[in-house]
Amino acid sequence: MSSKPRIATCSLAGCFGCHMSILDIDERILQLIELVDFDKSPIDDLKHFTGRCAIGLVEGGCCNEENVHVLQEFRRHCDILVSVGECAICGGIPAMRNNIPLKECMDEAYRNGPTVYNPSGVLPNDTALPLVLDRVYPCHEVVKIDYHIQGCPPPADAIWQTLVALLNNRPVELPYEVLKYD
Amino acid sequence: MTDIGHAVRQICAVYHNDASRLMDIIEAVQSRYGCVSSEAMNLIAQALGIPRVEVHSTVSFYSFLSNRPKGRVIIRLCSDPIDEMFGMLPVANTFEETLGVHVGETTADGAITLEWTPCIGMSDQAPAALINDVVVTYLSTDKAREIVAELRRSGDPRKLVHRLGDGHNAHPLVRAMVHNNIRRKGPVVLADLPPGAALRKALAMSPIEVIRDIKTSRLRGRGGAGFPTGMKWEFTRQAEGARKFVICNADEGEPGTFKDRVILTEYADLMFEGMTIAGYAIGAKEGILYLRGEYAYLRPLLEHILQVRRDAGLLGRDICGKRGFEFDIRIQLGAGAYVCGEETSLLSSCEGRRGDPKNRPPFPAQKGYLGCPTSVNNVETFCCVARILDRGPGWFAEIGSKGSPGTKLFSVSGDCAAPGVYEYPFGITLAELLRDVGAEDVQAVQVGGPSGQLVGPDSFGRRLEYDDLATGGSIMIFNSSRDLVHIVRKFLEFFADESCGYCTPCRVGNVLLLRKIEEILHDRGSPDDLHYLEELSATVKFASRCGLGQTSPNTVLSLLRNFPEVLKRRLKPPAGEFLATFDIRAALADTERLVGRSSVMYAP
Repeated sequence: MSSKPRIATCSLAGCFGCHMSILDIDERILQLIELVDFDKSPIDDLKHFTGRCAIGLVEGGCCNEENVHVLQEFRRHCDILVSVGECAICGGIPAMRNNIPLKECMDEAYRNGPTVYNPSGVLPNDTALPLVLDRVYPCHEVVKIDYHIQGCPPPADAIWQTLVALLNNRPVELPYEVLKYD
Repeated sequence: MTDIGHAVRQICAVYHNDASRLMDIIEAVQSRYGCVSSEAMNLIAQALGIPRVEVHSTVSFYSFLSNRPKGRVIIRLCSDPIDEMFGMLPVANTFEETLGVHVGETTADGAITLEWTPCIGMSDQAPAALINDVVVTYLSTDKAREIVAELRRSGDPRKLVHRLGDGHNAHPLVRAMVHNNIRRKGPVVLADLPPGAALRKALAMSPIEVIRDIKTSRLRGRGGAGFPTGMKWEFTRQAEGARKFVICNADEGEPGTFKDRVILTEYADLMFEGMTIAGYAIGAKEGILYLRGEYAYLRPLLEHILQVRRDAGLLGRDICGKRGFEFDIRIQLGAGAYVCGEETSLLSSCEGRRGDPKNRPPFPAQKGYLGCPTSVNNVETFCCVARILDRGPGWFAEIGSKGSPGTKLFSVSGDCAAPGVYEYPFGITLAELLRDVGAEDVQAVQVGGPSGQLVGPDSFGRRLEYDDLATGGSIMIFNSSRDLVHIVRKFLEFFADESCGYCTPCRVGNVLLLRKIEEILHDRGSPDDLHYLEELSATVKFASRCGLGQTSPNTVLSLLRNFPEVLKRRLKPPAGEFLATFDIRAALADTERLVGRSSVMYAP
């Protein structure tokens, strides 16, 4: 194992848009590879942590118990945990269900929806399927989150600047242009 | 033409279809129909020629106004911590049981509504409630049952008053069971002055000389901010505008404050005299007394005193024979909104709109009520003004301390032998005050109300004055049996409710502060929360638009600074990765029930 700092990333209840934005740093990804090694991440498809990580980037909020479990693993293995994007920070689109009672959501999805065929009316309950939570939780309501990078998705520059600052132990410089969305 | 249409048109006509009198119009409609219905709002908008949304916006802003019918009698229980300390919760439970409704609901027959309301200015005779306009004090569970029985029998809250209070509380126009509880009189405010004595001395001088006297006296505003009164008047006098206004801020909403109630009851003449002098000094012909809705029971008395002053030539044209000097005062009744004590919100409210604060500059002295130069001063400030003109600025400046001349009224409540109103020269120490009011075993004192500071015994040697422990008058005393975190929670609940919602730092920030304090109160706090509270408080203070949000985090900050051990006792680092506030079992319970199996990953 090299002595470079390790980075892990994951997408919980998100759309992978934030990961696309990570890739959107373009040719700087070559610089990134010089700076760090990737641990558990969809980018290298490592399924389990192989060691201690300096930084964990979390996309998406927690809508089911598996999300919670992954987030818990990230907190356990990462020194610094960063919520990346709207869903991790506020729950995002998945959290739109938070104002609808859980049973109504389930009924609409698995029993009464116009395209549903489910004569026995059973709700998915195979043990291989993670159970959904009562509502979608932003990551910082589940574990301690050290930093938040906002945006849907956050621009590649914001992610890049944050990583470089954290890796070099410098204050992050995020000019207004990088964080304005109108 | 429908009946209500005719009535609303008539009410609007009384106020000359003037949209800036919308508050009075709405209050009149509500007192006639019990609420301002959708139909009534349309009619008001038509009559005044304003968009309906403006009417709706005002109706929905004030807690005493409603667009839905409520009970013919509304019982408003005072929710501040002092009332709770003296037994409000069992009283509230008794009301709920005997009425058969929860707080916030109306009985099925539409007779009685039960509600919470923030401090009604009766902390010295807690627990207290407002029943329509009638104040009931020193409540107990037995009294709650008697009140419900009487209301069921007669439906008339006035019949609840058996024994009248002292002084003008027993006046035929007041007839309240309220007690003044004046415990210590001083030479400035709580002293007699024959009506007109100070005014005649003022009229013998030029307006500029009157302002010079007020400046020489170094009088500072008594509402809390302490701005030099003479300077405020000078700015207002110098501002361009043919029409100018004097406004008296009697929206005494800071929980634990009730000194203005006593002034309004017993020394209103002194206050009106001060307002008239202000009118002369700044060149205003019109004055407004903005009276908080909770003190509506004093309005008939105040109107009477105004009439007596008019009859005596102390208001109206050619006052005291001074040719050309014309001044009169009208009363604007508020409708239950703390933020209206903030002067720019108060101006919005006087103009008939929501009590939203305005941007400053321009300051009210330049552009205030209806865009005209306006001086807004506190009830007590006007009393000082009259006394200064009577006794001279030198006499006044010698009382009190160097930076804080004169005396101050303190509204003392909580754990002490003699709650009530005390007039002291500025500069007395908190310890002296605590001794005089008979407070023992004191854990903490909230100085200046929830927006002020919570201080402990190490601060009892500090002085009550602008430059040390500043206060608009509220002194709440908590002994060692009280839970300070709970008290701060109550204060934050109050601010979250009373935020006008205009700016995000205040609207959202106060709710976040409240939630965090509640987590700590439920033993789900972690050491990181101290930093969170500190940072969030700084943001809310820095970024809020008006005094409400700029001061609401003070209660949290002073708990952090002065009572760190009280907080730390309740904090523990989380055992695993999860935050103490996250409960995975609770988050899964509903789903487990719906799908009929338990979690494998997080087995119970």
